[in-house]
Amino acid sequence: MAETLFDLAIIGAGVTGSSIAYQLSAYDTKVVVLEKMEDISFGVTKANSGIIHAGFHHKPDSLKAHLEIQGNLMYDELKQTLDFPFKRVGILVAAFNYEEMKMVEKLYHQGVENNVPRIEIVSRERILDLEPKLSQDVVGGLYAPTGGIIEPYRFVFALMESALKNGVELRRNFMVSQCKQKDGVFTILSADNQAVRARRVVNAAGLYSDEVSRIFKAEEFQIIPRKGEEYLLERNASGFPRHVIFPVPVKNSKGVLVIPTVEGTMMIGPTAEEIDDKEDFSTTRDNLERVFTLAMKMVPMISKKEIITSFAGLRPAMKGNDFLIKISDKTPHFIQAAAIQSPGLTAAPAIGLYVLDLLKQDGMELVKKIDHDPKLEKKPMIREFDFSDADKLISDDRRYGNIVCRCENVSEAEIIEAIKNGHHTLDGIKFYTRAGMGRCQGGFCAYKIIKILMRETGKSAYQLTKRGGNSFLLSHQLGEGKVDTPS
Amino acid sequence: MIEKKYHSIVIGGGAAGLSAAYEISKSGFSVALIEREESLGGILMQCIHNGFGLQEYKEELTGPEYAERAIAKMAGSGVEIITSTTVSDLIDENGTKTAHCYSAVHGALKLGADTIVLAMGCRERNRGNIGTAGTRPAGIFTAGSAQRLINIEGFIPGKRVVIIGSGDIGLIMARRMTWVGAKVLAVVEILPYASGLTRNITQCLNDFNIPLYTSHIVSRIYGHDRVEKVDITPLVDGAPQDEDTFSIECDTILLSVGLIPENELSCKIGVEINQDTKGPYVHSNYMTNVKGVFACGNVLHVHDIVDFVTEEARRCAVNVVDYLRRKILPTEFRIQPGANVIYLVPNHYVPGEEINLYLRTFIVKNNAQLIVETSDKVVLEKKLLHVRPSEMIKVRIGEKDLARLSADEFKDLKVSIV
Amino acid sequence: MKDPKKIICISCPIGCELTVGYENDQLSVSGNKCARGKSYGQEEYLEPKRIVTAVVKTNSATLTYIPIKTDQPLKKEYINDLLNHLYQLEVKVPITLNQCLLKNFNNTGVNIVFTRSLEA
Repeated sequence: MAETLFDLAIIGAGVTGSSIAYQLSAYDTKVVVLEKMEDISFGVTKANSGIIHAGFHHKPDSLKAHLEIQGNLMYDELKQTLDFPFKRVGILVAAFNYEEMKMVEKLYHQGVENNVPRIEIVSRERILDLEPKLSQDVVGGLYAPTGGIIEPYRFVFALMESALKNGVELRRNFMVSQCKQKDGVFTILSADNQAVRARRVVNAAGLYSDEVSRIFKAEEFQIIPRKGEEYLLERNASGFPRHVIFPVPVKNSKGVLVIPTVEGTMMIGPTAEEIDDKEDFSTTRDNLERVFTLAMKMVPMISKKEIITSFAGLRPAMKGNDFLIKISDKTPHFIQAAAIQSPGLTAAPAIGLYVLDLLKQDGMELVKKIDHDPKLEKKPMIREFDFSDADKLISDDRRYGNIVCRCENVSEAEIIEAIKNGHHTLDGIKFYTRAGMGRCQGGFCAYKIIKILMRETGKSAYQLTKRGGNSFLLSHQLGEGKVDTPS
Repeated sequence: MIEKKYHSIVIGGGAAGLSAAYEISKSGFSVALIEREESLGGILMQCIHNGFGLQEYKEELTGPEYAERAIAKMAGSGVEIITSTTVSDLIDENGTKTAHCYSAVHGALKLGADTIVLAMGCRERNRGNIGTAGTRPAGIFTAGSAQRLINIEGFIPGKRVVIIGSGDIGLIMARRMTWVGAKVLAVVEILPYASGLTRNITQCLNDFNIPLYTSHIVSRIYGHDRVEKVDITPLVDGAPQDEDTFSIECDTILLSVGLIPENELSCKIGVEINQDTKGPYVHSNYMTNVKGVFACGNVLHVHDIVDFVTEEARRCAVNVVDYLRRKILPTEFRIQPGANVIYLVPNHYVPGEEINLYLRTFIVKNNAQLIVETSDKVVLEKKLLHVRPSEMIKVRIGEKDLARLSADEFKDLKVSIV
Repeated sequence: MKDPKKIICISCPIGCELTVGYENDQLSVSGNKCARGKSYGQEEYLEPKRIVTAVVKTNSATLTYIPIKTDQPLKKEYINDLLNHLYQLEVKVPITLNQCLLKNFNNTGVNIVFTRSLEA
């Protein structure tokens, strides 16, 4: 039997690939998304700071600035349609001396030129009024009320759910390793010899977009991973701010930020360090100290005692520091959506539209679907329910009454919903539901989730992983192997 | 929605909650005991090793046996046991307390009471809390969660194990991992001495030639998918000696690096937390700053042995009953930590009534002295054979000791260890 | 003292450091604070024994493993055999606390008993 011939294959199910898939799902066309990992958003996207930037950090003539502003403005409507955690809490840049104030002025003018709405330079009094937890040493700063915060993985889950609902296909654990192009058709082979055929390809492979480009004999470029370490602090943290607080930026980096997350925890970071290894997600003690020193300079109440976890993410940076989004000059019908580093998350919805345009330019026939229905139904979460309404919810489905994750208040029904939507790893369930993301970091709920996963998927405990690959959670059953203790 | 009213609601069906609920019901007051799991017993059910009950029952029991004795008392006690139910919120309106609960069995429940006993226990500190550098692979467990996986589910977490921290749970798990066929390669302790009991060092580590590295830290964790290796670095005067770092290949890390009372629910009803214990400040009668809300067991402060939890909960219950009968509060004075004392519980006393004091000290010392004094008079001096931070000190300041103070001399007490 | 050995007493949480050895062909214990310490010291010197606890598989749907213990300390050399034997068993519910699982294991006089009840 002939394999399906797709009109488009998107390589990579991070925020870029998923945004493109979401846009394409409105059209009568066959689209497949190929993801090398066990779950979507597990690459660059998941370890993102979760900031929707206001758009004053980048030069007006850059593609970045253009897509950043456009992307930012698309988020309200997306939230209406897809229901993901997003809040426009506003961004503050805090300056601590006269030199820094001069830089603030520069940012302000850049922001005005980029058409950032309602951006203003603020005095010491005003900034302290806006953000009472700022250090008294602050001299003034910049305020951009349209900046916001988001849970990046839940945004990606929502984009993909909507895309899948509207006919897009997703192949997990598909690592692109070879490609043949013949008679206008790409045959894409995975590392384990699955094949997918498509007329066009979008390269949204994040850290590995340089290798994918090479596999398709397209542009030669190099992605340089730039590592960022982040530290997550518990709910009700003493330093929890009202806004996202930025320092005055230095070359190539927006600096260490103090971030209130949408779900009420708090994050500080990231660092910015160019490295060689695309799989190096380690954190170091020195950077922990550095991040806290920098964050506490801005918000002195921040306490190391409130850390619940730390993680590192890699930004897929490239020389020149702009996005690389274009139709390939070398390989026909191959579109690059590469080097999407900060503000990639903010820009993602606009990147989706931009790539849609490129596909049209490339001759792709795009006809709107009549029955396109992007809207996702709001899924009940017990933590968001008013107590008086919860009784009905639980009477309708008893599993909402079984609180599996006590720290973040996540019910069994929500875990099952995650599993039904294809999230079969502990991390996948964590990102989807927040179970295991709180103060105990899964100490109390991991075994419960393991048992629910076994029941719902039919897998054995020893097939279950933290995040796919060989990240097996458990080793073997009691009684396998002999006990031979010294006596 | 189920709505009910009680004289007292006890939250948590572990050792503390069982003991408190039973004692309150004995006096004829109506009590509900709320437990989130399907069965009572709490963490005791996974502590299948022996060593419990020497104080309480004068015999050595395992955790499940200890729990079963406490649970057996519930039959016919009149305590209403509500299992599979999680309390999500606590509200105090004009002295009436309401607990909002969720349950897969009962739906949403709205339970009212005159008094609430907080007995939710504690949680384990984890890798994030100690800020260990390195990667984030699978294979990192808190000792207690590994204990649960093995002893209740029969799931073995890994084969080659390094344990961070030498608390008793870590030591017990070193033996358990060995007894289920895994190899424990090292126990790494940041302090210059083991945190757990000497008997556990002997029978859980020495019996199996497991090396204990005191004044060492795990400085880095390696492994992309699953744990592959750890770096271990010695400390001299608290400073890491990087050049002496060595590595151990392993697939599993267990953490036994301390426990934190679980007071997120307590905070919802306005209970003030002592940052030294991470538990509520309590009066001599175990009442928190919120009138009618009491606390006992590991939610109040982390105990070394369960027998003390049972005893403390019983004493707390006696005070709950007293409060339910009298509803008046006696005059009180404060008890404050003096030299070398990390924390003490309770934080207040009533003139003329005996005080059962629990405290921990910063120092390690043989033949130490405990001094209880007001600003101008020593109330009690007591010799202590051996003190160290990991062993809780229990002292009774009797009515006789307090009789040294004349009525006008009752005032704030200070407790020191020298 | 002939062939002296330092032994930490595990009879209670104090953990006394005992010195055990022969004096005039008599096994003597010093450093103990109680009588239990003396007998522990002698036994540990001659024939070390331990209480063993473990879990055994059940046929119950609610609890797949049930805890057990030796009703008295078992000679150390038998511990591996006991554990390997226990891990191959599957026991049937109902089970009551203190019910005997194995009588007189390997003729040691030690019985294996359940430490938790479990309904059918």
